[in-house]
Amino acid sequence: MTYEFLVASAIGVLVAGGIYLALRARTFQVVLGLTLFSYAVNLFLFASGRLVLNRPPIWDKAVTEYTDPLPQALVLTAIVITFGMTAFVVILALRSFLETGSDHVDGDNVPCDGDDGEAGRGE
Amino acid sequence: MTLADHLPLLSIAIPAVAAPFTLLLMRRHPGWAIGIAFVSCAAMLGCALAMLAQAGDGIIQVYALGGWPAPFGIVLVADRLSAIMLTLAATLALIALLHAVVTGADRKGWHFHPLFQFQLMGLNGAFLTGDLFNLFVFFEVLLIASYGLLLHGQGPARLKAGVQYVVVNLVGSSLFLIALGLLYALTGTLNMADMGLRVAALAAEDQGLVRIAALLLASVFAIKAAVVPLHLWLPRTYDVATPAVAALFAIMTKVGVYSLIRVVPQVFGEGAGAAAWAPAPYLLPAALVTAAVGFAGVFVARTLSEQAAYAIIGSTGTLLIAVAGWQEATLSAALYYLVHSTIAGAALFLVSDIVARRRAGFTDNCSPGPDFADRQGLGLIFMAAAIAVTGLPPLSGFIGKLLILTSVTEIANWGWSWGVILVTTLIGVIGFARAGSAIFWKAAETESKTATATFARTDMAPVIIALALLAALSAGAGWATAYAEAAAAQVLDPAIAARAVLGENGQ
Repeated sequence: MTYEFLVASAIGVLVAGGIYLALRARTFQVVLGLTLFSYAVNLFLFASGRLVLNRPPIWDKAVTEYTDPLPQALVLTAIVITFGMTAFVVILALRSFLETGSDHVDGDNVPCDGDDGEAGRGE
Repeated sequence: MTLADHLPLLSIAIPAVAAPFTLLLMRRHPGWAIGIAFVSCAAMLGCALAMLAQAGDGIIQVYALGGWPAPFGIVLVADRLSAIMLTLAATLALIALLHAVVTGADRKGWHFHPLFQFQLMGLNGAFLTGDLFNLFVFFEVLLIASYGLLLHGQGPARLKAGVQYVVVNLVGSSLFLIALGLLYALTGTLNMADMGLRVAALAAEDQGLVRIAALLLASVFAIKAAVVPLHLWLPRTYDVATPAVAALFAIMTKVGVYSLIRVVPQVFGEGAGAAAWAPAPYLLPAALVTAAVGFAGVFVARTLSEQAAYAIIGSTGTLLIAVAGWQEATLSAALYYLVHSTIAGAALFLVSDIVARRRAGFTDNCSPGPDFADRQGLGLIFMAAAIAVTGLPPLSGFIGKLLILTSVTEIANWGWSWGVILVTTLIGVIGFARAGSAIFWKAAETESKTATATFARTDMAPVIIALALLAALSAGAGWATAYAEAAAAQVLDPAIAARAVLGENGQ
């Protein structure tokens, strides 16, 4: 029960933070939000085989109870894909900022305000 | 095993093998690279046609990857619906590739051909897989390739649209994974046929979770299909993409529609308890609004390519109006219209490019400009493409819309469907007429005496091929609708697929 509660609430907090950041206007925050969100999704996928402690995933003569190996394979695939995509979106966001002089996701050249700091100094 | 047994795998393997060769050869021997790209697309079309013939007898070909039997291994399933989609993808790819090569768009960057092949690999895989997680993987393959293709040719406009497109699709992929995790946790399988049987046998307390998973999955497919209110990523993206790429992207929204048609009856069909047809009540209203928004966009768009992008949304809406009936008649009408609307939408993007090339500074803006080369011929081609997209006779759009209109009378609230389809057709006709008269007629009034630059007319060939295919689809409508009806019947009876995939366990 306690493990389930811990993992479930961790996933919930990560999703909440991820969605909040993904809805922000600037690309860097959006990328961070997507990273948090995909982190939560990976944990969720991992938990979809039920939380089992100290059990082997593959066949062993000595044991009778196993943990589900499939979610581990799924989450590995998902991690590889999201890692590649995050790298891509970082480069894309950087390139977009350098070419358009704006790091706003909607892409329009919003005049910079006091909080913009360095990022507002477009070409 | 004969070659025919390996056909499903070949459709995925051919582009995967061709891609690295095009990458290697493009720099030194572009001619060879282009040749390989064409051979690969033609081979894919050959495979698809062979599967179309094979599936026509009602055989569902199941290919167990690595020889691992379902539901433990991953299977590719080639039935009538898959064969239709594969043929459509390969045909569209050949048209788009021809346009890219003839107009030289493929040489605006180094990686057009490899990305194009990987995109096709993702598409073919998505149409063939019988495993829900593999559907996700192939979605990612086609999306990653599409990110690259969208940025092909570069420029600030594409980068801006690219960021939005990538972010939206990353969120979509995450939601897809959540739905997959839920379904796996509940059913312990990822094989679609097996999952359908197990969802039907679920305990009452898990029904709520299945319902959530069904709706999540449907929303992910709705993002891909650009259904209102999840359509906002599409117009800008398709508008700025290289036109040959946008023409290929015409099938991307159809991947979302295909996934809905595949997954909903198979997994969340009749026997699924509280989750039975869970997305259905939301689909029809969303489809009606999508059709309205799409054709309203056609009416107000400022450039031909923007018009084409909104026409894609509108035609997806019309298509989903039929899909939302979930009956044999409506689904078969939808399949016919799906094939038609994909090719028609692609043709419109290609026309916009040809016009833009000839009008130099005026590009494809819907405003009068000076006279340009092949104005009359292009005007006719544009008119034919517009007729196809809006669904006027004699091209296949008319038959498609007629089939949809007659089939939806079977379902409740069909008055709304009729009203929306007929009114959006009218709005579309007016929108295209306005754009066409501004570009092709008013051009003559401001005619300058300077000779217009002549253009090689070869760049019109792909559009003419696309329009000829639509005419053929219209002429062969009897055969095509019979095939679509059989495909719809096969899709709507999950027991058939379950028997084919799982053997005697699937009874």
